[in-house]
Amino acid sequence: MKTFYKLLLLGFIILGCSNDSSEEYVDIPAGPTPSTLNIPQIFENQLIDPIIPADNPQTEEGIALGKKLFFDPILSLDFSQACASCHMPQNSFTDINTFSTGVNGDLGIRNSMPLFNLAWNFDEHFFWDGRSFGLEHQASLPVEDPTEMANTWETVVDRLNNHPEYPELFQAAFGNAPISRDLATKALGQFERTLISANSKFDNYFLGTASLTPQEQNGLAVFMDEDRGDCFHCHGNPNNPLWTDNAFHNNALDSTFSDNGLGDITGDPADNGKFKTPSLRNLAYTAPYMHDGRFATLDEVINHYSEGLQNSPTVDPLMKTVNQGGVQLTEQDKADLKAFLLSLSDPSFLNNPDFIP
Amino acid sequence: MKRLLSFCLCLLLISCFEDKDDNLDLSNLATPTFRFTQNWDGTDVSIDDLITTQFTNAHGETLNISNLKYLISKIVFENADGDIFILNGYQLVDLSDPSTSLFSPEGSLPEGLYTLKFVYGFNEMDNIDGAYPELNSASWNWPQMLGGGYHFLQMDGMFNVDTTIATPYNYHHGTAKLSDTEFEQNFVNFEFTNSIFISHNTEIEIQFNLAELFKNPNLWDLNQYSSSLMPNYDAQKMMQQNAATAFSIGQVTN
Repeated sequence: MKTFYKLLLLGFIILGCSNDSSEEYVDIPAGPTPSTLNIPQIFENQLIDPIIPADNPQTEEGIALGKKLFFDPILSLDFSQACASCHMPQNSFTDINTFSTGVNGDLGIRNSMPLFNLAWNFDEHFFWDGRSFGLEHQASLPVEDPTEMANTWETVVDRLNNHPEYPELFQAAFGNAPISRDLATKALGQFERTLISANSKFDNYFLGTASLTPQEQNGLAVFMDEDRGDCFHCHGNPNNPLWTDNAFHNNALDSTFSDNGLGDITGDPADNGKFKTPSLRNLAYTAPYMHDGRFATLDEVINHYSEGLQNSPTVDPLMKTVNQGGVQLTEQDKADLKAFLLSLSDPSFLNNPDFIP
Repeated sequence: MKRLLSFCLCLLLISCFEDKDDNLDLSNLATPTFRFTQNWDGTDVSIDDLITTQFTNAHGETLNISNLKYLISKIVFENADGDIFILNGYQLVDLSDPSTSLFSPEGSLPEGLYTLKFVYGFNEMDNIDGAYPELNSASWNWPQMLGGGYHFLQMDGMFNVDTTIATPYNYHHGTAKLSDTEFEQNFVNFEFTNSIFISHNTEIEIQFNLAELFKNPNLWDLNQYSSSLMPNYDAQKMMQQNAATAFSIGQVTN
């Protein structure tokens, strides 16, 4: 122990003798520039840390590359579609269609999911049916999906290698490692993690810098009241500003299923009809709603939970009034709930120059 | 000058700590591990029973369980001399996530014989609305209109599953709302009298008999109390009373 203190003492002496000459050192570029995720105050206060994989730290060069790839149709078979074609910034990174059309003219079977706050998906299951684990893996799949970009990663990598700009951008982001599917999806993941939305009217109300109208306040009460909306068990609450549990539920849309959702992934019939809970943020920009985009308006969504529940063997017990068809909200409570839900939308997310080319 | 002051301060701190540090014996300190298990009147309940297994409660309803989560906090050990050792931290046990059945609280205590106390849920001091990011992230919050803080228990499933009209139940326990402005604490403080020898690698099993929630002292009729129980004061107080006999100490291994 005494040896330790001697060494410590020596260290202090050395420190004391040195002068402030650190400014004289010349920094030698040693790789990409680390970039810290801009965690909003409300998330910092209320939530655990976001998920950033140890093998894919955020860097300025990686984010810039990911952004370029996200908006570049080079990923698709016929150079006609980019990620942003179905995940448009002006729609909170979804599109306005029930189903998106792929490069071959085929329709997908599910509604395009909006993209934001993806680093706070703590279980890391992505897609409506949770078939992808990790954001990088998720980002890799649409390229080869025949109803989306219908390409191959081999082709994409070849195109990137022969592009006038990408080789240099990959080198800046990842050094001398050869361009690959792995690096491209890492870059996409880095960019997508920067898509953070936390500046809604309700966020500012929670932080004490905005007020809710009486209608919005009653809407929150409906949302949080187990006797009325009881939305909070799946869709977060003021202390969980993600407004989703990122889990999978059968929310009583159908009595029989044309799409098994999670059940087709796990192989467990008990999971049939379960889909991921979407966040309630930015609903003003993300219609239509549900995994199959069946509801064009928020009114239809609220009416579903109020009067339209359908029973099935896997219905979630949180759909507690399924035998009565729904929670039977009054027209006033419906209108107030809608007003509150719209207070969760964040217009600044649509116009953030960091998110658009 | 600042460096010189820092240097002197460090030397001062080192001289203050040196003797104590050299003589401190940490070898007999132990941190026990807890293993949380669930049973239905003695029959083990595990992740494999979710949804698939049917149970019959004391009132006669047949039910299944699709979600079971509960919160344990404030673990305290007391020795024969009355010395108290508080191990901080809490554990949200989730039947669907076996990794949550093991819990090592923060802190340690000298090897020896102790009795054990813990809180089911949070006590009034700890049940602070929104204070725990880990629990917020798990959407474990209890609505402010009901007193705020956190759930103590969520047990969801269907009952009357042996009939043609299976019905959801949501047995959710937390703070009890007496009126719009009055809320009652609703946790349970467990104090066990059997002595436990704590040494290195001690693992203590805490057993949760789910059947107790439906029978003792209040015979629970799910046809009357199945959902919207969070704002129901009577239901909340009955949950507290029934939970009071639901936990016990199981195997202790060293």
